[in-house]
Amino acid sequence: MSIIRCEDLTLGYEGTAIINDLNFSVNTGDYLCIVGENGSGKSTLMKTLLKLKNPMSGNVILDEGLTQKDIGYLPQQTVVQKDFPAKVKEIVLSGCQSRGAFKLFYNSEDKALAHENMERMSITDLAERSYKELSGGQQQRVLLARALCAARKVLLLDEPVAGLDPMVTEQMYELIDELNKKDGITIIMISHDIHAAMKYASNILYIADDIFFGTKAEFKKHDIFKRYTLGQED
Amino acid sequence: MIEKLAFYFQYPFVRYALIVGVLIALCSSLLGVTLVLKRFSFIGDGLSHVAFGAIAVASIMNLTNQMVLVLPTTVICAVVLLHTGQNAKIKGDAMIAVVSVGALAIGYLLMNIFSTSSNLSGDVCSTLFGSTSILTLTVSEVWVCVILSAVIVALFILFYNKIFAVTFDENFASAVGTNAKFYNLMIAVMIAVIIVLAMNLVGSLLISALVIFPALSAMRMFKSFSSVTICSAVISVICAAVGIIISILASTPVGSTIVAVNIVMFVISCIVNTIRGE
Repeated sequence: MSIIRCEDLTLGYEGTAIINDLNFSVNTGDYLCIVGENGSGKSTLMKTLLKLKNPMSGNVILDEGLTQKDIGYLPQQTVVQKDFPAKVKEIVLSGCQSRGAFKLFYNSEDKALAHENMERMSITDLAERSYKELSGGQQQRVLLARALCAARKVLLLDEPVAGLDPMVTEQMYELIDELNKKDGITIIMISHDIHAAMKYASNILYIADDIFFGTKAEFKKHDIFKRYTLGQED
Repeated sequence: MIEKLAFYFQYPFVRYALIVGVLIALCSSLLGVTLVLKRFSFIGDGLSHVAFGAIAVASIMNLTNQMVLVLPTTVICAVVLLHTGQNAKIKGDAMIAVVSVGALAIGYLLMNIFSTSSNLSGDVCSTLFGSTSILTLTVSEVWVCVILSAVIVALFILFYNKIFAVTFDENFASAVGTNAKFYNLMIAVMIAVIIVLAMNLVGSLLISALVIFPALSAMRMFKSFSSVTICSAVISVICAAVGIIISILASTPVGSTIVAVNIVMFVISCIVNTIRGE
């Protein structure tokens, strides 16, 4: 059974559609990679899944008791964050901001959860450090820990390896893969890197003028994949 | 010098000025951290010009209590400016510039056409650069300031975690179900209130200094959001108190003296930061 289903989704800005009639579904434990060129609407799609944006038409349906609060989010880093004065533990704890009933202050349960997720991301030793002093890879781990505080079932990642060097990129992919395989967290990831997508993902959603949605094996045989990989090697 | 100070502090208006000055400095510095980090530093400037325009209109209409007009106008502009910040056709900074110079020009124009005052340029100058009005506060004005400041500080403490979340990452906050729009609105209204209060103290051209300098100085010296916020408040309160005392002793204008003290503090914090960094 699918937990997230998109039906006839049309997305766009100010009346101009960029994605038409998109249909796809995500099952528990899936690892979906969304690939496609810049400006094809990948980030818009993710914002729609998060209910940050309304679709022009169509529906996003959450099933199997999944609610908006079960979906965690790793956004692309913003300029504001680059020199933001905040300790790692302040940021990770902010992942608990909407957990449970409305509250103004974090309780001991939130703090324990933040600690647990910092351990999971192996950043406990950075807890007292300032976010802006960390390397790109460490910063992503912090944001991932924050996302895990917010949700345990589904993670939406918007280009999690952007700007990371090759070795750190590989570590990041391994980490995400582990969350998927070991902890059973459903992953939906936007990526530019088709090779990594083919290595780790179970399903592929390709967005451009043609849309493809299917398993990795199906994508491999598809014309789009052949064209796309050929184009990349040029 | 101490005797001179003691002499001045016998007068209630000097004590009022100090109380009001310190409270305004406290409030503006708390929100200053958020504004600077959200890249909205100039919003204080824009809003204060709006308040100037509103005061011009209020004085033409011969309103005895100008607050009735000035406060709502400024609040509305704050909401519009912060709300359109991200996805308006005219981008945030340009929008602020448009509103700010627009209000300034229209305000001055109206004052010139309709004014009954014999000393127009004096009136305008004191509205822009702060005046002796902080030394002519009535008891009720002091109470209004105390109550509004208390409300702002209380709201800031209560919603501290939400303000942090919305400042650091608005998208993430709304994605996990925090009502980011509401908190942005709350921040906007709080800023508008502070600006209107601060008009009396430093005048409309110098308000952004109260908002920006303490936050920037604190960011040079501290690294976590909580310590930056506390440090910013402490710096701002000290600078305001020192500034007011200097201006009394040396008979300098209150507003620009406070700003000058803030600038000195900023330079000191930069030096401290450089020394520690090496």
